[in-house]
Amino acid sequence: MTQQTTARYTWGGDEFLFVEIAEGMSLEANFISNSIANALEARGLAGIVDICPANASLLVRFHPDLLPWQDLERAVRALEEEVRASTEKVLDTRIIEIPVWYNDPYTNETGARFREGYHQRPEGNDLDYAAEVNGLANAEEFIKRHHESPWLVSMVGFVAGLPFLFQLVEREKQLEVPKYLSPRTDTPALTVGYGGCFSCIYSVQGAGGYQMFGVAAAPIFDPSQALDDFSDFMIFFKPGDIVKFKPIDETEYRRIRAEVDAGTFRYRQAPIAFDLGEALADPDGYKLSLLEALNGI
Amino acid sequence: MAFDILEPGLSTTVQDQGRIGYYRFGIPQGGSMDQYSATLANRLVGNTAREAVLECTYIGPKLVTTSDAVIAVTGAPVDVFVNGELVPEYERLELLAGDELKFGVIKGGTKYFIAVHGGIDVPEVLGSRSTYPIGAIGGVEGRALAAGDLVPVGAAIDNGLPVLQSIEVDDRPAFSKDVTVRVMLGLYDHLLSHAGLDSLLNSEWILTPVADRMGLRYSGPGVEWKEREQPFGAGQDPSNIVDAGYAVGSIQIPGGTQPIILHRDAVSGGGYAMVATVISADMDLVARCSPGTKTHFVAVTMEQALAARRANTVQAARIWS
Repeated sequence: MTQQTTARYTWGGDEFLFVEIAEGMSLEANFISNSIANALEARGLAGIVDICPANASLLVRFHPDLLPWQDLERAVRALEEEVRASTEKVLDTRIIEIPVWYNDPYTNETGARFREGYHQRPEGNDLDYAAEVNGLANAEEFIKRHHESPWLVSMVGFVAGLPFLFQLVEREKQLEVPKYLSPRTDTPALTVGYGGCFSCIYSVQGAGGYQMFGVAAAPIFDPSQALDDFSDFMIFFKPGDIVKFKPIDETEYRRIRAEVDAGTFRYRQAPIAFDLGEALADPDGYKLSLLEALNGI
Repeated sequence: MAFDILEPGLSTTVQDQGRIGYYRFGIPQGGSMDQYSATLANRLVGNTAREAVLECTYIGPKLVTTSDAVIAVTGAPVDVFVNGELVPEYERLELLAGDELKFGVIKGGTKYFIAVHGGIDVPEVLGSRSTYPIGAIGGVEGRALAAGDLVPVGAAIDNGLPVLQSIEVDDRPAFSKDVTVRVMLGLYDHLLSHAGLDSLLNSEWILTPVADRMGLRYSGPGVEWKEREQPFGAGQDPSNIVDAGYAVGSIQIPGGTQPIILHRDAVSGGGYAMVATVISADMDLVARCSPGTKTHFVAVTMEQALAARRANTVQAARIWS
């Protein structure tokens, strides 16, 4: 593991500080990024415009007339030191069950439209390709690996409310799938995607370069805020959320869609304390204890 | 009162100073692409800088005002017609109920702005009226204007109309086909080879037609990356990084071929290395460029970027004094 001992500080023009915790993706780097983000938020420094924790880095937008750039860098460096020194590596968060219709006709139809010139493997669909590059027997095996272990929301962004997800398994069990050779101009809303070591859920219809594996049944971005899960905010996910994908069939998908349309759908979710040390020490055992929280409701 | 949209134009959207503070959720800042021009229009009609305006792209709308209205058009040079009669840009115009506003062919740049006394009064979403089409929020139903829309105009603003009737030529922005854009190197510039960095800063880049509110793509000689072993999760191309937040104004060069400047509606993050960022003072300049514009990128320091920012603030203060 090439964990850097200090982050790299650099500037995105005169309004953005960029802090690269590590070049490579890891649970530790993500935990540090999110912890610095939370600590910076808590400091309530005047002149901070936006704090955007990402997978293995942190982007801070600031108002240089209100907060001198040197002061910002000094403050974030101090917080980084505190975070790295802290033995407290527990995040109070929640685990959420996300029903997914894998190998669905919507993403398959879209995938079929973007083959020649877009995709590495013209024959078969994206799941067949993902299984092949990961040395798995078939698409079913890949789907099983995708939903049997939970995921951490390691970043929210790209477009409104889109979660990047990092699977909570040992490094050697991480699935990796190349992105499309060239981005599609269309992706169905709620497509469950995959690129590099990240899964994602496309919050809205639009362009995208991740492989497409299925479609989530319920919205994750709801500007109308019609569902109870959106009563506080139009965006569902926050960095640090834990996700368990639940495979569903077409009948269950239709049933959930009807609940969504009726305004009665609620995500199954439970509060949990996510312990980084335990997650790293015994991923399999820790996975079971995370899932117990969901089973209790 | 309202504007009755007879023809929507190519892509006319409601914009203001932007939706600040939701970038962490992937919602872009939005707002008028050329903030200075939008401010001039607001100034002429007696608004504050905060009121929402209509941003027109190449082809503006044809509209009828349902009540008397005080308006101004600023930004890219274009012929403005009221009831078929040519009227000046950068000047306050008084329309009567039933008057028709339309536009001729744009003569430079890509965007011009219509301000109206009282401002465009669509509901605020997350603190802004700016249109974010991908998320379908802000503006008129979260989209560009369509024929038949009735665009609401706000009530009169207390402080009335300013003495200022028109913007002096010296205070109007230039629309050049040959520009130098100031950037700060940084972010992932260390991934470029020496030759790659040299190419970025010393080549002539031509703005392609692939340019919109999300980003502007340039053609030129391309750049070269250092050879390295890609970090875990970053992807195979040397221009790939582990997906990270994108600075607004940052320049990415997917595959090393065509630099893209991310602008106000850009995605908030992704997996392409950013190698420099346009300084805040030059974001309007980039927005004023039309396809074919010859562009040079020149590297400046943080101190120089902040000095340029102060100069812009002084210029804006002059307009409001």
